Amino acid sequence: MLMLSAFLSGLGLGSMYGLMALGFYVTYAVSGTVNFAQGSSMMLGAVLTFTFAQTLGWPVAFAILLALVLCALYGWLVEWLAVRPFVSRGSDSWLMATVALGIILDNVVLFTFGKEPRSMPSPLAEAPVRLGELGLGVYPLQILIPVVGLALAAALHFVARRTRWGVGMLAVVQNRDAARLMGIPVKRLVTASFALSALLAAVAGVLIAPLFNIHADMGTLFGLKAFAVAILGGILSPWGVMVAGLVFGVSESLVTVLLGSGYTQIITFSLVIATLAWRPNGLFGRAEVKKV
Amino acid sequence: MSRPTRRLVLTQLAAAACATAFTGAALAAEPIKIGLVTALSGQSALAGEALTRGITLAIDEINAAGGLLGGRKLELLRRDDESNPAKGVVAARELIFKEKVAVLFGGLDTPVSMAIVPVANQEKVPFMGPWAAGTAITKNGANPNFAFRVSAVDEIVDKAMLQYAQKTFKSTKPAMILVNNPWGESNEKGLKAALAEKGVASVGVEKFEANDLDVVPQLTRLKAAGADTLFLVGNVGPSAQVVKSLDRMGWKVPVVSHWGPAGGRFTELAGPNAKDVHFIQTYSFFGKQGPVGERVIKTMMAKYPNVKGPGDITPAVGVANAYDGLHLAARAIAAAGSTEGDAVRQGFYKIDRHEGLIKTYVKPFSATVHDAVGVDDYVWTQFIDNRIVPVGTN
Repeated sequence: MLMLSAFLSGLGLGSMYGLMALGFYVTYAVSGTVNFAQGSSMMLGAVLTFTFAQTLGWPVAFAILLALVLCALYGWLVEWLAVRPFVSRGSDSWLMATVALGIILDNVVLFTFGKEPRSMPSPLAEAPVRLGELGLGVYPLQILIPVVGLALAAALHFVARRTRWGVGMLAVVQNRDAARLMGIPVKRLVTASFALSALLAAVAGVLIAPLFNIHADMGTLFGLKAFAVAILGGILSPWGVMVAGLVFGVSESLVTVLLGSGYTQIITFSLVIATLAWRPNGLFGRAEVKKV
Repeated sequence: MSRPTRRLVLTQLAAAACATAFTGAALAAEPIKIGLVTALSGQSALAGEALTRGITLAIDEINAAGGLLGGRKLELLRRDDESNPAKGVVAARELIFKEKVAVLFGGLDTPVSMAIVPVANQEKVPFMGPWAAGTAITKNGANPNFAFRVSAVDEIVDKAMLQYAQKTFKSTKPAMILVNNPWGESNEKGLKAALAEKGVASVGVEKFEANDLDVVPQLTRLKAAGADTLFLVGNVGPSAQVVKSLDRMGWKVPVVSHWGPAGGRFTELAGPNAKDVHFIQTYSFFGKQGPVGERVIKTMMAKYPNVKGPGDITPAVGVANAYDGLHLAARAIAAAGSTEGDAVRQGFYKIDRHEGLIKTYVKPFSATVHDAVGVDDYVWTQFIDNRIVPVGTN
């Protein structure tokens, strides 16, 4: 029973990491860059949803939709302000620029949203569902999160393989210049991938909001763990990233139950290093073939 | 925030003119400066504001009654330490050397206070702690010791937590669930000492991170170990996650907590089960108030437009501790007859009786006792309908 309860907790946590990590996959696949402050995008999704639905009292569905659209716009802004100017000059400074933009966003939210942590009420996180006779309980929302995560991973996989947009994306990954010569709008594709990436983080934010405390730095540690998960999954496979998220989440909670919370971070992050030493391209990644 | 109105500017100009004309008179009425170094931004900003309000209220009362030392008014100077010990020390030095404050208040966070106190001891400026509960702030080994406190003390809180758990819940197998930072560690030490004193053993100690989303794994371990009471130490956000996790597990266990839940909207964050947590306070503005309590509530409502009732005086302990702390410091200055540091330090020992908000202090300080609030002064409270309601004492 101890193990089962830990396993369920871990799946819930892990799918949130996975969802955030999908955001890293989307931009990396297209442009080889990521928004390192992915946690801030998640925070923005949660904060905006709370502001629209609770503070302003707008209908929840509309609030969520508007928050997602604004987060996608923020993603576009990240690419335009913090990535494109550096990449176009062949500099790697976008690494720092995306982190800086995230810190700016965190602080703007601290000023406008306030310093007190808040919580979003949701019918999906009020009364726990009891599973069997063991007395284990989960909120319905905790079951919804892995479902949404896996569905989004499936959708991304489908888009990448079966649609014009996706095929264009794969072409850009293989050879940027050739793709441009073939009439694929590379720049627009990269921008779109950043918007999509922020959107995915916002979906995670919206889903987590009722479970977690909403405040300006709620995304920091999450974003960091999600990045570890993305690398662990082999950042170029949506399935791999999602599964790595689940593995990471479950191992976190199993370690806690078996050895105690003092060891959780030490052991899980050591596992990440060990795994990467054993498989440098991640659990589900393939070695990149450099074509000359 | 007040803007300088034209009238205010004119008054100040007039005052400046007078000061130039009668330098001698101006010197006699030179204000006595009180320093406050605390977090005024970041997640603890609200608590910093509560300290400011408590001190300001007491200063207003003293100034209205004619000030100290023959008519000298008190003046508050605030500095933001951003919860950062290095910035706290810089601010403390500036207040001591440049502004020459008579008493230095401050340090919302234990690490900041621990950094400032050696400076105060070295420069012989009395330090008053209205919040940070770390035991070693006042028990710092310095002789003479310039650090005083009107607040909870971890070591004493831990004893009170055990005493309350034994009295109220007949607990015999307590366990600890603590935030993974120096505050959690300080209480782990204190709780273990309190348990050892009573010959009780804890069945488990688990830690959680301030940003943890799910504490079920840790709590599952404690449940499996047979815990019958939980000692909780954490800020309001993580404490709420502990309550939510207990709810998901369907584990109804008494939770006896340090004062973390009082730091924010605990009911909103933790859901309906928030009311099951018993936590410690030095004061509550709910329930029956003494004459001082009634006066403070009335003045707060008149002075601050966003205070509509006792529920808006928050965090209550910040206002109450700072209010009593300033009054006691003023009595020490009056007893010293000057603002000279060592005289004021000894002035604290000379305070005979003071009718304060938290209690009536009778000889609150002596050469060995630098903490005015003791184990019998704590109030046990629960969050009921979004109000911190007193439910018991030790």
